Amino acid sequence: MQRTAPPAQARPLAHRDNQKRRLGRLRRLLAGLIVATGAVLTLAGPASATEGQCVPSASIACLGGKIQTAAGEPAVGVSVTAEGNGESVSTTTGADGSWSLAVTGDGDYAVSVDPATLPAGETLRQPESNPRSVTAALKQTRAALFPLGTPEGETGGEATSSPSDSSSDEPGVAAPTAAGSTSKVAQQAVNGLIFGLLLALASVGLSLLYGTTGLSNFAHGEQVTLGAVLAYVGTQLMDLPLVVAALAAVIGGAASGWLQDWGIWHRLRKRRIGNTQQMIVTIGLSMVLQYGFQFFFGGSRLRITIANPVPVQIGPVIISEQSLISGVIAMITLVGVAYFLTATRVGRATRAVSDNPALASASGIGVEQIIRLVWTLGAALAALGGVLIALYFNATSWNMGGTILLLMFAAVTLGGLGTAYGALVGSIVIGLVAEMSSLVIPSDMRYAGALLILIFVLLVRPQGILGRAERIG
Amino acid sequence: MDWQRLLTNVVGEAFAPTTAAYALAAIGLNVHFGLTGLLNMGQAGFMLLGAYGFAITATAGWPIWSSVLVALLAASVFGLILGIPTLKLRGDYLAIVTIAAAEIVRLVGRSTSLTGLTGGNAGIAGDGFKNSFESLSPLGDGRTQVGPFEYSNSLSNSWWIRIVAWVIVALALYLVWRWTRSPWGRVLKGVREDEDALRSLGKNVYSYKMQSLVLGGLFGALAGILYVLPRAVQPDSMGRPMTFYVWTILLLGGAATVFGPVLGSVLLWTILMFVTSFLREVVPETVLRTEQIAMLGWILVGLTLMLLVIFRPQGILGDKKELSINAH
Repeated sequence: MQRTAPPAQARPLAHRDNQKRRLGRLRRLLAGLIVATGAVLTLAGPASATEGQCVPSASIACLGGKIQTAAGEPAVGVSVTAEGNGESVSTTTGADGSWSLAVTGDGDYAVSVDPATLPAGETLRQPESNPRSVTAALKQTRAALFPLGTPEGETGGEATSSPSDSSSDEPGVAAPTAAGSTSKVAQQAVNGLIFGLLLALASVGLSLLYGTTGLSNFAHGEQVTLGAVLAYVGTQLMDLPLVVAALAAVIGGAASGWLQDWGIWHRLRKRRIGNTQQMIVTIGLSMVLQYGFQFFFGGSRLRITIANPVPVQIGPVIISEQSLISGVIAMITLVGVAYFLTATRVGRATRAVSDNPALASASGIGVEQIIRLVWTLGAALAALGGVLIALYFNATSWNMGGTILLLMFAAVTLGGLGTAYGALVGSIVIGLVAEMSSLVIPSDMRYAGALLILIFVLLVRPQGILGRAERIG
Repeated sequence: MDWQRLLTNVVGEAFAPTTAAYALAAIGLNVHFGLTGLLNMGQAGFMLLGAYGFAITATAGWPIWSSVLVALLAASVFGLILGIPTLKLRGDYLAIVTIAAAEIVRLVGRSTSLTGLTGGNAGIAGDGFKNSFESLSPLGDGRTQVGPFEYSNSLSNSWWIRIVAWVIVALALYLVWRWTRSPWGRVLKGVREDEDALRSLGKNVYSYKMQSLVLGGLFGALAGILYVLPRAVQPDSMGRPMTFYVWTILLLGGAATVFGPVLGSVLLWTILMFVTSFLREVVPETVLRTEQIAMLGWILVGLTLMLLVIFRPQGILGDKKELSINAH
């Protein structure tokens, strides 16, 4: 558990070189990232918000279909409505007779067409299956067919039920998405990048804390949930605007980090309770907090905002406006954290503690204050990450943090446990892998793919991408 | 308040099959952690693999011995795959990897694309795989009442599963007791206390850790079978929380002791049963809903784990000199 520090006098020179190299790498990386977002944003400019086409994502499930007249002509301007999960969305069919609707949750939706809006002389062939029940699934497009023609009476039921049962990732036969494979790759890549940035925000604290104290905090996921739940309380129970609620959630998160260190971890360090013991304590704490959330808020999904996401088209990619803004917020915050760590006195002290607590203490740095700061800052960032991730997933629940905790561990291990920038690099890789692996494996296994990477990294390069090689056996 | 029914429930919990299954899983974890000092945070993964191995083959009509064999094989392969990259790493890395591996098993098992094999997130219904076990029962049909306890003789949550489960637990206890006194067990304890010292004595530490990981995993797989026999295989009920309960049980009873896991399991489940049934009787439904009382129970378990590790890491039966959690 204890890191074996090389003799102190041999360390500084080699160490400074190392540090410089790491900083250089970091600058290049940040520059690259900023250029990349710039490109994304300029692309976003001319594009307009599209209303028609829905592209499934981690937070959007699509329902779609194409309505044709008995003669095979497209039926234009038919009003289609989907209701379920407490929401109701509607649209009209386009020039080719196709329609698509974005809904925000898994579950059954009643999809209906308004017979009054059908082209003159047309009737539904199966009036008894209007509305039709369709099971929507996130990241998938499900079809709902409404054939027109003369009513068939009792024989009409069976032929139409099959499309809605298909659980493949491909859009249903009648779905209007013309997305080719390249645009699908681009779509998942952008989703992955945004998810990775949000994940980075959530895991910086985990990594910094490990760096300064050596503690693997299994309750860090609950800090993420806390942020999301506080934002839910703000917007839904207290009717605050989203921005205010999010700010309050971040402040609440910071306070919880401060209080936790003051009430628990500071005392445990004082009692000289080892890191492995503390790690098991964090597991107990994570159980207490998870079931605590469930105790107060129940087991269902909690939506921070009720409004449906506004899709924005950027080149071949459609993302919701919310996700785009979240990504930008995450990026600005991460740049801020990087600035804090590299350019401010306290930030440098934090890195000093992270490198060698004993030496830092000997050179006059208040190690305990720095650790308190890391707890506060890390918890605040986790809370912000939690709010944004909840918006990205469109809802939160008592176990959201627990679900992504292992992704965060995978990210910080991949980047190099204890290095702050490692958390950023690792998170983006994990985000990309999690979202893009659903192109090749079933989407409900995509987190498993990300976790598999964790194991491979430990096999090949246990110190992670940016980590310094040290004895870890 | 109906004290008699409450006490019957609490005492019944003490020898319930679930209690035995958790005790057995904790015995396996005791081999990992208590004997060898390995921080295995994926015991639920071994249990789930055992449950899947048994249930899938038994549903397909295989004889019971082959189903158990498949479960054991699955767990040993899992242990080997897990051990190769991680046993050379520091303890907390092992913890993260084992917890991730257990999650992978669950995520793959509950995936809808495997519905044909594992039943997806609905799992495998009990009726399909219980037959081969229940038909072995010599107790026959009907129900039997002993004192206040009445269970079916052979079906589902039966006397038969109780007898088999506790016999297996007893055998496991005997094995662990023999191992702790054997030269092999002393090497394992040596790995726990000081790996480098053992290396200097020419022992292959890696190989000993691997043996320990696989052996403890086998107990985990058997525990998984015992756990699902009275119910059904549900991947989501065998996730991370299950591992944490097993840890709480082990640390409560006392790691590195022979009887610790059994004592821990019996205590945890009876106390939990007592607290939740008591609250259900006393607190009106309008103040606390039934599921909220269950949540309170689990919050209590988490608190117990925290306080135990801070104030009495050796548990009830343990010896503080024998075990320091921070061996590595």
